Amino acid sequence: MNTNPPLVLVVEDEPPMLRFLATALAARDFRTAEAKSCKEALVAATSQNPEIILLDLGLPDGDGIALTRKIREWSQVPIIVISARGRENDKVEALDAGADDYLTKPFGVDELMARIRVALRHAAGGASGGPAVLDIGPLHLDLARREVAVDGREIHLTPLEYRLLVLLAQNAGKVLTHRQILKEVWGPPYAHQTQYLRVFMAQLRRKVEPDPARPRLLLTEPGVGYRMRDI
Amino acid sequence: MPMSEKRPDPDLLLARVQAEEKRRSRAVLKVFLGYAPGVGKTYSMLLSARRLSAQGADVVVGCVETHGRRETAALMEGLAVLPRREAVHRGTRLFEFDLDSALSRKPEVLLLDELAHTNAPGSRHPKRWQDVLELLEAGIEVHTTVNIQHLESLNDVVAQITSVKVRETVPDHVLDRADAVEIVDLTPDELLARLAEGKVYLPEQAKRAADNFFKRGNLLALRELALRRTAERLDSDVREYRMQHGVTATWPTAESILVCVGASPSSARVIRGARRMAAGLRAPWTAAYADAPNAYPMTRDDRRRLDSHLLLAESLGAAVVRLSGSRVGAEILRYAREHNVTRIVIGKPAKRRLREIFSGSLVDELVRESGEIEVHFISGRIPDEREDPPPAPERPPLHPAPYAWAFLLVAVAAILAVTGRNLLALPDLVMLYLSAIMAAAFLFGRGPSLLAAALSVAAYDFFSVPPYFTFSVEHARHILTFAMMFAAGLSISGLASRIRRQEKDARYREERTASLYSLSRDLVSVQNEGDAARITARHAAEVFRGRAAVLLSEPSGAFVPAAKSPDNFALSEEELAVVRWAGEQGRPAGRGTDTFPGAGLTAMPLSAGPRTPGVLALWEIATETLSSIERRSFLEAFAAQAALALSRARLSEEAKASALKAKTEEMRSSLLSAASHDLRTPLAAITGLSTLLRDDRGRIPDAQKSEILASICSEAERMERLVGNLLDMVKLESGGMKPRKEWVPLEEIVGSALSRLEGRLTGRSVKVHLPPDFPLVSVDPVLFEQVFVNIIDNALKYTPPEGPIDISAVRDGEDVAVSVADRGPGIEAGQEERVFEKFLRGSHPGVGGVGLGLSICRGIVAAHGGVISAANRPGGGAVFTIRIPLPEAPPTALSDGTEGFP
Repeated sequence: MNTNPPLVLVVEDEPPMLRFLATALAARDFRTAEAKSCKEALVAATSQNPEIILLDLGLPDGDGIALTRKIREWSQVPIIVISARGRENDKVEALDAGADDYLTKPFGVDELMARIRVALRHAAGGASGGPAVLDIGPLHLDLARREVAVDGREIHLTPLEYRLLVLLAQNAGKVLTHRQILKEVWGPPYAHQTQYLRVFMAQLRRKVEPDPARPRLLLTEPGVGYRMRDI
Repeated sequence: MPMSEKRPDPDLLLARVQAEEKRRSRAVLKVFLGYAPGVGKTYSMLLSARRLSAQGADVVVGCVETHGRRETAALMEGLAVLPRREAVHRGTRLFEFDLDSALSRKPEVLLLDELAHTNAPGSRHPKRWQDVLELLEAGIEVHTTVNIQHLESLNDVVAQITSVKVRETVPDHVLDRADAVEIVDLTPDELLARLAEGKVYLPEQAKRAADNFFKRGNLLALRELALRRTAERLDSDVREYRMQHGVTATWPTAESILVCVGASPSSARVIRGARRMAAGLRAPWTAAYADAPNAYPMTRDDRRRLDSHLLLAESLGAAVVRLSGSRVGAEILRYAREHNVTRIVIGKPAKRRLREIFSGSLVDELVRESGEIEVHFISGRIPDEREDPPPAPERPPLHPAPYAWAFLLVAVAAILAVTGRNLLALPDLVMLYLSAIMAAAFLFGRGPSLLAAALSVAAYDFFSVPPYFTFSVEHARHILTFAMMFAAGLSISGLASRIRRQEKDARYREERTASLYSLSRDLVSVQNEGDAARITARHAAEVFRGRAAVLLSEPSGAFVPAAKSPDNFALSEEELAVVRWAGEQGRPAGRGTDTFPGAGLTAMPLSAGPRTPGVLALWEIATETLSSIERRSFLEAFAAQAALALSRARLSEEAKASALKAKTEEMRSSLLSAASHDLRTPLAAITGLSTLLRDDRGRIPDAQKSEILASICSEAERMERLVGNLLDMVKLESGGMKPRKEWVPLEEIVGSALSRLEGRLTGRSVKVHLPPDFPLVSVDPVLFEQVFVNIIDNALKYTPPEGPIDISAVRDGEDVAVSVADRGPGIEAGQEERVFEKFLRGSHPGVGGVGLGLSICRGIVAAHGGVISAANRPGGGAVFTIRIPLPEAPPTALSDGTEGFP
């Protein structure tokens, strides 16, 4: 890891949006590089070696998803896609193509920073296998002993629930699509059995959350997947 | 004379304007009329065409026979000639005028020789004059030639003069339709001279008649006819001119003529006579047939002849009526008085019928009772008139069975008579036989009953009259008994067959009425064209006992099958062409009509007013349906009824479409006003506040600055919600919102909606009551999250900041009912439905929004097959309830553990 402030490649064609992102990032001590099209982005991604890419899916010259896929062929650099509300399919497709997270326009600076922080953290710790103990807000997970506690109270999970919770916790703050979770927990043949996941998630919430209808940790990203809140 | 009387009648003026407009818009027909072949009609036509062509008009020769005459052929040089169409008929190659290429070439003026020509079989129209009418309809000026003897109304007169029956005739209305009639005249002596020089071409079949025809006397008479006919026309032109220019003159009194038509072969001549009289008097005329129930039963030939007479009258321009009553004369006079008929025309009876001596003849009755109405007699007989053989005589095959039964009946009577001879007196035996005759008459009709009568007389003589078992008779009085017995048998059989016929007629009429009634009953509730077409096709197939289809016009002008009965056949290209013609021209086409008579189908236009929204196509229907006026009028009534329903359906569809359009317009304008107001309010705040900060020169304290910034953010968020709602609404309205249903726990949807609204829920008590075993619901999670966001957002807007919100769900039979309740001011009485309308906002000042949120909710819920309703909550506040169906058993909760899963 270099000691320089991280370089963010901003792929965005709208000047106001670009100005907002550049200003916000500069204020938080990021360096920025700009690309106004997918073509430029591909060149910049290869030549400037950014630490994170912010990619607007609504670029005029085409396909952010294809770009994501292309970059993933040779780089694990975190990609956060930016898209409008109502384009859930685009988001899911981008995420399944290898993007790390997404932001729905309009969004605030704090949301942007939280996503970047989480993405950078996961990129940094991805190789080491992660810690054996996870503490996320009220949740305490001891992976070695397979112990789970919420608010200091131990809870009992079935093997599938456990695997589901661990997966989300390891990716805390990051969105996981239904497909990703199903493939990871149930295995590839079950990648489309979304209702299994929903039922298990409901059961898990009942065990982990004091009020399952107003979850603190296990957040739903409608039409996309789930996210463990990063506290 | 007072001024006002000189002014033309306003109705006449209007009619004149309409006629003028029609004339201006319609193409000109110019007829070169001659009195015999060889007077130079074609020559004159070509001459005038050359003049027109020289003036720059686009003149095309459609079909001109030069018959090898050099001077005629020379005139054709330099004129464009349309190639002929080759038609092969029974191995003979015919070169016919090509109507379609003329229509597509669309010249200004088309020359078409021989108006009375009969086209080769398989042509679109059987007659050339029909081609001409279609050309005129298409806006092409037509110049044509015709000889006077081809004129329908003069047909019989010509036959009388020349003893040559002309079979190719042209209806008078075609000549009446002509804008210009140019008489081509030549003195008979000159014509005879030309004939002698061999300058007159005669068609093959006319050659043998030529000797008779080209007699000086004949020619003089024909010439007079031609000149008179032209003068008649001239007269009407003058009259028209006078009317147009308000010339006062002695007006002919309003005459009206009624001609009595019957089945007698002479009736045709009477009709033609009446037509001439009507033309001379310029009077409207009506052909009436009176149907008396006690009349002699008509044979099939009679009926066919009657129908052909009525058709003839119709083609000559008469209105055709069918009267029905017990006394024919009284009926005719009643009609005549009611319709202000001034003259009744009737055929001179040939011979007195026996019956008339007793019951009084129709003629006597008319003459006696007619009062002020003139009665004219026209002799119906022409000595050498050979009548056309009735077309395709189709006698019913002789069924032997009824005769056998009649024989059997008499045999039974004979056996009874023989065995009961000792018990029964002779008169009783007569009664026995008469019973047999009567039974045969009522059960089997006229023929068998006549046989029974004859057999009865024979059997009575043979078995019951001494000496027995011989046909010889002792007493002369028995002969009288035989005669009376036979006479009684005859009258019984006549009576019976009349009753049978009346019964058949009554049954037919009843059937007809019933079928029309059932059609109209089925059509009355029809709302769209497709249904109207389906019902019409089904009924037509039933009533006319064949295949039927209804084709509807498309905006492109094509006619597309909308319904077929039965469903399993397709229309060929040719059939579609027939349908298209019928639809475009608004006239029947196909079998039994003048257009495409060789086609397998009959196409009836379903027109109401000037438009023809559809065509009824019928196959395999009885020839009778098309040839008999009565049956054809039934077909027309049927089509009219279907047309009415069809055009009504089309109108209502159009009304619906325009209502929808109006609604869309309205919605667009309210959207615009909403957008302009509601989007500008937050924008104004953002602009104002942000410029305040930009232009601040350090005078605003920091605390206030952060307040301003918070306002800017919240205004921006509000705008984001507005824009989101507007976009959702547009998506809903354009039908672009299709739910992608998935099985989802309700809790998850409610949860994510609450998470989205988290920032605005602080300080509120939000309680969610969902039973732990609540079934999964099948909805689009993203859209339903929006529903909850909008409802909760609505509650947030209209309730005090600390007001609690309760969300609960119950399973109610096949439905799931989810409620969102608040403790706000509730909903005004009567507004429970209206809150879901677009752009409706509660009457609370300062509440932002376009009034779309709840409307979107309703749209989304409806797209899921559910309903959303609003009500006041007991104890205060509003409650919104969403009911959605649980379509099938939701997937059962999965067993926990790893079984089933890797």
